[in-house]
Amino acid sequence: MPFLFLSYFKQYEINSNNHSIMDIKVEKLTKNYGHHKAVDDISFEVKTGEILGFLGPNGAGKTTTMKIITNYLNCEQGDIIIGGKSIRDNAEELKKHIGYLPENNPLYLDMPVIDYLEFCASLQGVEKSKIPERIREMVRVCGLNAEKHKRIGELSKGFRQRVGLAQAMIHNPSVLILDEPTTGLDPNQIIEIRKLIRELGREKTVILSTHILSEVEATCDRIMIINNGKIVANGTAETLRKQAQGQEILTVKIEDGDSNAIFKAIQELPTVGLVDFTDRNLNRFEVQSRPGCTSRREIFNLCVKNGWILTELAVSEAKLEDIFRELTVN
Amino acid sequence: MNNTTTKYFKNMNSVWIITKKELNSFFDSLIAYILLVLFLGFSGFFTWMFGSDIFLIGQATLRPFFSIAYWSLFIFIPALTMRMIAEERKTGTIELLLTKAVSDRQLVLGKFLAAFLLICISLALTLPYVITLASIGNVDNGEVICGYLGLALMSGVYIAIGLYASSLTNNQIVAFLSALFIGLFFHIIFDILANNFKGSIGEFFNMLSLSNHFESIQRGVLDTKDLVYFLSLIFLGLFLTENNLAKRKVNG
Repeated sequence: MPFLFLSYFKQYEINSNNHSIMDIKVEKLTKNYGHHKAVDDISFEVKTGEILGFLGPNGAGKTTTMKIITNYLNCEQGDIIIGGKSIRDNAEELKKHIGYLPENNPLYLDMPVIDYLEFCASLQGVEKSKIPERIREMVRVCGLNAEKHKRIGELSKGFRQRVGLAQAMIHNPSVLILDEPTTGLDPNQIIEIRKLIRELGREKTVILSTHILSEVEATCDRIMIINNGKIVANGTAETLRKQAQGQEILTVKIEDGDSNAIFKAIQELPTVGLVDFTDRNLNRFEVQSRPGCTSRREIFNLCVKNGWILTELAVSEAKLEDIFRELTVN
Repeated sequence: MNNTTTKYFKNMNSVWIITKKELNSFFDSLIAYILLVLFLGFSGFFTWMFGSDIFLIGQATLRPFFSIAYWSLFIFIPALTMRMIAEERKTGTIELLLTKAVSDRQLVLGKFLAAFLLICISLALTLPYVITLASIGNVDNGEVICGYLGLALMSGVYIAIGLYASSLTNNQIVAFLSALFIGLFFHIIFDILANNFKGSIGEFFNMLSLSNHFESIQRGVLDTKDLVYFLSLIFLGLFLTENNLAKRKVNG
């Protein structure tokens, strides 16, 4: 399979000379469902050649935003500009340049894969003479060769997901909107699809949403976390980490002392904000410093003063999971 | 060709792609065959063999067929249209379609055309009836042509109503029953009401009654009044369907 992907990339670069630049610009987008604000005054920009990872808990407004960009839902307040054209006036024209994989990957289960891809290609205005070539390419890229004559309903979930990706890319769109593209795939397939998306992202504008945090780190150039319809973080994984690392977190193990006494002593240190037992029997603690302070030296000195033995001192790096939790748990 | 005509042809192209796909799925899912067998069997049986059939009347007329088809199409069409939008909504494929280069209107038109063509095919398959009849006696050609036209127009109206009912709900059975319910008014209830009221109210119901207009066409007289009636009902049904589809844009 990996070889097939590689050969695709080569061909892809030849085919994509006529690719236009299509940046997505979302301006003050707001969407109400009755009294509930699904999306609340969101503004962001995605450049051509960039992959934006859309993160957020369920119901945060990711899917709604994507549905508005793809013109399935109305853009009531605010505006979306794709390639310099507003979606308000040019919706029908812009749809041709967008490839979309909806959430849950709906498909016509009684259609054979090939017929389905042909249907999608002709709907998207691919020239009739080029349709067979595009289908062949998509079948190869998505690894559907053995399944291409089966009905979609007979395929396993992973293969259906590939069909979903194939139909999104069949017309070689400049903009790709993927709502949870790797659900249902096995780890090997996930790696392949991520690789494919990364490669496509070089010349396309890609927005993908996901729940899997490692996926965002592996695939995306930029991460945007939204919660309750608002953007709570926007930047690369590095910048987000730096932002979250305001407070140092240490894992400490101290031996040869009474656990309660150690606990008390650490808590009384001026730089320490919070102490917690992670394992009372092993005298292991989690120490959170005050913002902007480090307690490593103080803890060492404390041990020396009391004759305790410091057997473990580790700085835990803020994980993306922690950042996510911190930003989205209210 | 100027710009607007090219645009028009491109629009029709999308409609035709949808129509082809829908027709294919009718035949793939056997719905089309079941419809054809049922319709031809049903109408053939009552036209030639049973009840007030052609031999009982003893005239070379297709009236028995038209009155049977008038009822059988009324019931078959909602069964044909019930899944057309309801199923797409339930499985979410409608999102897939409408985010491609297809407008709501093209989708509705394409689906309408597919069902209409299938009905036209089943009507065309009854042409042997006409040929048989012509070999028995003198057939009034005008009457036959108008009868078929009347059936086609009536089918158009019920397809439009069926699509509208299908766009109301995710549930196919609900779509089927509500299409029958709405259709029943045009099919028979307005006629009954027209007979029970006098003066302008009776006149009004008479104007709304589909059976009334159908009979008028079936007599072999093509009146603009009847044409306008059928076409405006089709237009109204499709317009409301499109309107219903567009509601998703606000409510999600």
